[in-house]
Amino acid sequence: MSKEWPLWEVFIRSQHGLAHKHVGSLHAPDAEMAINNARDVYTRRNEGVSIWVVKAADIVASSPADKEALFEPSNSKVYRHPTFFPMPEEVKNL
Amino acid sequence: MDAKFEYLLRQGDNALILSQQLSQLCGKGPALEEDMALTNVALDLLGQTRLWLTYAGEIEGHGRDEDRLAYLRDARDFRNCLLVEQPNGDYAQTLTRQFLFDTWHYFLMRGLLASSDRRIAEIAEKSIKEVTYHLRRSGDLVVRLGDGTDVSHRKMQDALDDLWTYAGEMFIYDDVDQAMVEAGVAPAAAPLRDAFLGHVAEVLAEATLAMPPLDAYFQRGGKQGRHTERLGYILAEMQFLQRAYPGAEW
Repeated sequence: MSKEWPLWEVFIRSQHGLAHKHVGSLHAPDAEMAINNARDVYTRRNEGVSIWVVKAADIVASSPADKEALFEPSNSKVYRHPTFFPMPEEVKNL
Repeated sequence: MDAKFEYLLRQGDNALILSQQLSQLCGKGPALEEDMALTNVALDLLGQTRLWLTYAGEIEGHGRDEDRLAYLRDARDFRNCLLVEQPNGDYAQTLTRQFLFDTWHYFLMRGLLASSDRRIAEIAEKSIKEVTYHLRRSGDLVVRLGDGTDVSHRKMQDALDDLWTYAGEMFIYDDVDQAMVEAGVAPAAAPLRDAFLGHVAEVLAEATLAMPPLDAYFQRGGKQGRHTERLGYILAEMQFLQRAYPGAEW
């Protein structure tokens, strides 16, 4: 077993109704301590209402080399962007 | 001697001295996460100190504010228990000291929520949210290090056996404590001690650490102003600026 604590990614929900947002990472020996540490490292200024932690090793990421295949085809499909709808100003968080 | 003034000083000085000791670890924690956690706890305790000492100064009625009480009293006038002036030592010692203090602190604050003194009940209500987290964190770490590797287990058991002699002073009530119990200001010693021992036993069992004997000799004197030599060094550093430059402000 490695002597280093594993890396955890931290997600914090800043208010009810909003999604959890990635805020950074930290080291911790297990999930419970990762929550404790996230509280101490990332919520010192009253940022959140909820914390998620995920082992960084458990996140499956796309490869930068796949960028073209994954994302370029949508560049030419402008009709997929909802930019043609006027949005009322009162609608927040969209 | 006003018993309530003495009682308030005890609470304020416990928080102040432990806060000062934890502050000395700022930037020196064993991991970034631990460093920030310790500093958070130090700041929480400093905030609580201000509430206790401000109120103590008002009760005394001689115009001493929180700063004068913190920076211009000598060691014999400090009323903190001996536990909080024990050295930071290695991390097992820092953590064990914290765990014993947090456990007592938590149950004391819970008792003080029902204090007949409204101001004290308010301070307890504000503090208990912080203290609840302190206790959870230090307990979680005691379990992980106690039930960790052979080395961490040994270090934790050694720290516990060393510090245990300072874990009883808080429950040895003198005239000041007794007067506060009779006035309905403070909780009685016996239920507080039972709650403390119950929680400590539970966490130590999970941490596979052996509970030291309950009939051990417990050091005492801090609450009455008889301190170990170490408090002088802590105060020398903490009070230096105000002693060298009286009245200095930001």
